[in-house]
Amino acid sequence: MRSRQFLFGALLLASVSALAVAAQQSDTPATAPASKSAAQKQAGQPQTDGERVFKQNCLRCHAEPEGFSSSISGTIARHMRVRASLSQREEEQLLQFLNP
Amino acid sequence: MLRRTPYFKPGASAHAVRYFLFALAALAISHYGSAQDTPLISGGVGFFTSTNAGSTTYLPITEPLLAAPLGQHILVESRAALLETFAPNGDNQPGYNHTHFIGLTYLQADYIAARHFTVVGGYFLIPFNTYNERLTPIWISNFQDGPLILPLGLFSSGSGLGGMLRGNAIQRNKYSIDYSYFYSTRSAKEQFTAERGNGGSANLYLPEQRLELGLSYDRLLQGTHENFYGAHAWWEPKDTGFRLRSEFARGHHAQGYWIEADYRLKAFGGADSVVGRLEPLFRIQQTFRRDTIASDGLPPVNTQRADFGLDYNLPHNTRILTSYARQFSATGDHNVWETGIVYRFLFPAWKGKQQ
Repeated sequence: MRSRQFLFGALLLASVSALAVAAQQSDTPATAPASKSAAQKQAGQPQTDGERVFKQNCLRCHAEPEGFSSSISGTIARHMRVRASLSQREEEQLLQFLNP
Repeated sequence: MLRRTPYFKPGASAHAVRYFLFALAALAISHYGSAQDTPLISGGVGFFTSTNAGSTTYLPITEPLLAAPLGQHILVESRAALLETFAPNGDNQPGYNHTHFIGLTYLQADYIAARHFTVVGGYFLIPFNTYNERLTPIWISNFQDGPLILPLGLFSSGSGLGGMLRGNAIQRNKYSIDYSYFYSTRSAKEQFTAERGNGGSANLYLPEQRLELGLSYDRLLQGTHENFYGAHAWWEPKDTGFRLRSEFARGHHAQGYWIEADYRLKAFGGADSVVGRLEPLFRIQQTFRRDTIASDGLPPVNTQRADFGLDYNLPHNTRILTSYARQFSATGDHNVWETGIVYRFLFPAWKGKQQ
């Protein structure tokens, strides 16, 4: 009985995965810079290295916070360097993205 | 059962407040290199309810986080938890009992010694698998309670007291590898509870595939020396709202795994649309006992559990978390209903320098 229930669960999980992959085909690229100033300045521009670092590392665990003071962007970048094991170059790119 | 704070011991202490004030004082005496390095205060405020086998528990909680750079190479950071638990009296007695808790989750200094090398000292989160370091903050995790295997490899408290080396070992366009190694000493101090042990982890990340694979190992070096092994796989396809996370852990007395899938419905009108703010979730998990010694915090018998959740991401960094779980084991099956709301805050500790 339980093996059936978990087979059902596994099928459901596979269905969700398939849905996501299907959605990937139609989804528009997300623009999720962390600060409003970054969003305004980079709107319509191709993805920067900093945005790539942000999406690949910060968004891996948590959603982007809605706006924050530029005075803490360096602190956030350093915090992410330690937490996400970023390289020095990535920290600099992330800082450039957070506070261009 | 609420498992968000599995390593907290009940009982409040003014020590935590003192240590937190100490961290705050460290911020005050520090000098900052640029106008972007103002110390920050972040964290989450939440209210959770959990109905487990018909018994409802209420949990208001605050988790503040401090981070302050000191000069060009040091970051001091700390997180604490302040919570009150309201649970029904046992033995069919009417009414509720409540307990409160104030405790440090971690308090550490990070010294960025070189490009690929960071030294961490203090009271730190044990880097075993992913959940403990990345997903325990209340403003991050999708489900209110952690996975059943969470206690494995975390040395009871979830934190270590000692030192850690970590960093990015290799950085290429197509892949990167990061690592960590820690040593923790034994501590019975109320706010720095830790056990003697060591261990480490290594993670491979493929940015094009958005795939992360990692291995963890640690060993308890007091009492009965026990080994813990962990492995995880995370896949988050590019430009979708889909995330698939999984972990496996094996301890001396038990082992298990969890797989979690979530999908932010931003394909339907964007992430800020009414539908796009919805986030259906599913998690499946199993634990298996290797012997009858249930001293590791896992269920005493083999257990399976399926969690179905639906989160809603409100504006202004607020989330509503809801879930239903059915847990199956030889000791009885039961339902777990959970609801909660979390607000995340993030602001400078004080007004920074003008650029």
